[in-house]
Amino acid sequence: MANKIPRVPVREQDPAVRARNFEEVCYGYNEQEAVLEASRCLNCKKPRCVEACPVSIQIPAFISKVAAGDIKEAARIISQDSSLPAVCGRVCPQETQCEGSCILGVKGEPVAIGKLERFVADWSRQNGVRFADKAPANGIKVAVVGSGPAGLACASDLARWGYDVTVFEVLHKAGGVLQYGIPEFRLPKQEVVEYEVENVRRLGVKIETDVVVGRTVTVDDLFDKEGFKAVFIGSGAGLPKFMGIPGENLNGVFSANEFLTRNNLMHGYDPTYDTPVFSGRRSVIVGGGNVAMDAARTALRLGSEVTVVYRRTEKELPARVEEVHHAKEEGIEFRLLTNPVEILGDEKGWVRGIRCIRMELGEPDESGRRSPVPVPGSEFEIETDTVIMSLGTSPNPMIARSTPGLETNRRGCLIADEDGATTRPMVFAGGDAVTGAATVILAMGAGRRAAAAIHKALQSEK
Amino acid sequence: MYKILRKKFLTPAICLMDVLAPRVAQSAQPGQFLIVRAGEKNERIPLTICDYNREEGSVTIVTQLVGASTRIICSYEAGESFADVVGPLGQPSEFIHLSPEELSHSRYLFIAGGLGTAPVYPQVKYLHQAGAKVDVIIGARNKDLVILEEEMRAVSDHLYICTDDGSYGEKGLVTDIMGRLLDSGEKYDQAVAIGPMIMMKFVTLKGRQYGIPLIVSLNTLMVDGTGMCGACRVTIAGKTRFACVDGPEFNAYDVDFEEAMRRQGMYRDIEKEKDHQCHIGLHQ
Repeated sequence: MANKIPRVPVREQDPAVRARNFEEVCYGYNEQEAVLEASRCLNCKKPRCVEACPVSIQIPAFISKVAAGDIKEAARIISQDSSLPAVCGRVCPQETQCEGSCILGVKGEPVAIGKLERFVADWSRQNGVRFADKAPANGIKVAVVGSGPAGLACASDLARWGYDVTVFEVLHKAGGVLQYGIPEFRLPKQEVVEYEVENVRRLGVKIETDVVVGRTVTVDDLFDKEGFKAVFIGSGAGLPKFMGIPGENLNGVFSANEFLTRNNLMHGYDPTYDTPVFSGRRSVIVGGGNVAMDAARTALRLGSEVTVVYRRTEKELPARVEEVHHAKEEGIEFRLLTNPVEILGDEKGWVRGIRCIRMELGEPDESGRRSPVPVPGSEFEIETDTVIMSLGTSPNPMIARSTPGLETNRRGCLIADEDGATTRPMVFAGGDAVTGAATVILAMGAGRRAAAAIHKALQSEK
Repeated sequence: MYKILRKKFLTPAICLMDVLAPRVAQSAQPGQFLIVRAGEKNERIPLTICDYNREEGSVTIVTQLVGASTRIICSYEAGESFADVVGPLGQPSEFIHLSPEELSHSRYLFIAGGLGTAPVYPQVKYLHQAGAKVDVIIGARNKDLVILEEEMRAVSDHLYICTDDGSYGEKGLVTDIMGRLLDSGEKYDQAVAIGPMIMMKFVTLKGRQYGIPLIVSLNTLMVDGTGMCGACRVTIAGKTRFACVDGPEFNAYDVDFEEAMRRQGMYRDIEKEKDHQCHIGLHQ
């Protein structure tokens, strides 16, 4: 029986070594390992994994090709639904999506779908296999705002259907959060991100960097002056949140966005780049999401001792289990049920410590999670010279404010329906700009749905 | 890539460049800024927009040699190209929302310190062309840091120049001239000060004595310039604001200058170290 084979473990860089470098943590499967792992798949008639995949990759179909050793065909199957498989194979929360639904997971370990996707994508790259099938050009211009996962997914589908797509990116490199947010040791920039962005370009998508939609051009300009017939907004959630506690503007307090952007997009960790990065002797990261783990592990690699402070328990940590596990292996300390109340400064205005209060879990709130409440009189100080605030992000208001008729909700998210249609005709949106900070794959799913809706709307206009 | 069309040194330490950036030139307004990244491994540096030519598609930037990054920008020659020019960023000056009728009855006082003369120029030019009355005070440490005098004279009603050491114009500080003008009964609807943080702080103290409406433009640290990083956060009337998207111009009396000055120096030691390494690397 195929399912008697245990899940094939994936090789990783030794924690003690990787804690001091920026090279990739996970090595991925080799062909032999991949074929063996693929042989575990039951090839279900009604695959629950496909239903659980936000972009509906034909999972059993590609896995059966891997099991048969036809990696090229496996790659072709994936390419029909995803233009970023090497990215998703690395950063998707498979445990709550495809692998979380795998029938093998009921009694044992699910098929390592993510690692198999990654293997196929890496193999394609290493063997120069690319798929750029597309319909003949129809000459209809569509603009995509933001070159992150939502924008790239939307642009890829539209380009395949023959549209003339231009993506506008505010930063100097395409990829959005894949470039500025996720660190090199989880997602190699040149090897993986730039290669997959290049694949999108090869579909005929034009990417114009350094364009601030809302300042350099407006959405109205795109329609009225540049002849675009539809606009997709995938501008993400880039605005960092702060706690509003005393001392937050002291020198040595950073948003995770700043800290990660300096390191990822601006290569601050690489001495051949000019970017200065402040890496303290000791860093306290406030928050428990994936971004907090990324910031913590980056600070560690820059030579800092790192403590993560989170107000609930380990069970509620929003970060992926794998990320928390990796962080712990590398020597990051977790102070759970702990919440900062004040950041303390020295006489020159630099951080010298952070005052926290212990928390306990009280009654469940409307989200069903037990809300943390402070334990009176339990305040204590942690000595530190760096504090990195990783409390989540919200959408940048610049586009909504500069686009008449484009409405947002109370949290600043663009209002859009299931297909991405906004309150403004022919303007669609998806990803974090609509949902608030979420995952790469959900953004890609939203980008694809919006692409389909744009296609439908433009075809009915004819 | 963004080609440098023309380059000239206004003084030995201040360089003016016209750079081809059609999209930025098309939408730039007084009060806004841009970000330049010279080459692949260089930093993103916020610079003021000194002028823009929509027909040519060019923007004029003025850079003072103060550290490694600005030295790299100034080392580019006409004909070469910058990797990135991003903008326009920030909110335009409030007066662009005023009607020509309102502007033609207004009187402005600008106080420019050193390199701050560059961002003051497009504001004065705009107001002058709109029929407003504009007086300008330019202050600098010494003669070598006085820039754009003729250009400014052409668009202002009165131009006053002072240097700390008296090497050009009158000897003294911008606040001396400002005080003298206000003492002598000159009336302005709005004053605007742009220059080093410390100058803006003292102009603000002076302005408070006279109760004159005053705007300052904050040149904070930035990475992206679009609200993403929060490096530029400043405290305005007790609340945290981002200079890149909420500013760069703010009501001077609301600004926490002490904090702004401290935050501006956050990377100074690291940059000095980097700058030092740069020299070691050069075979000169």
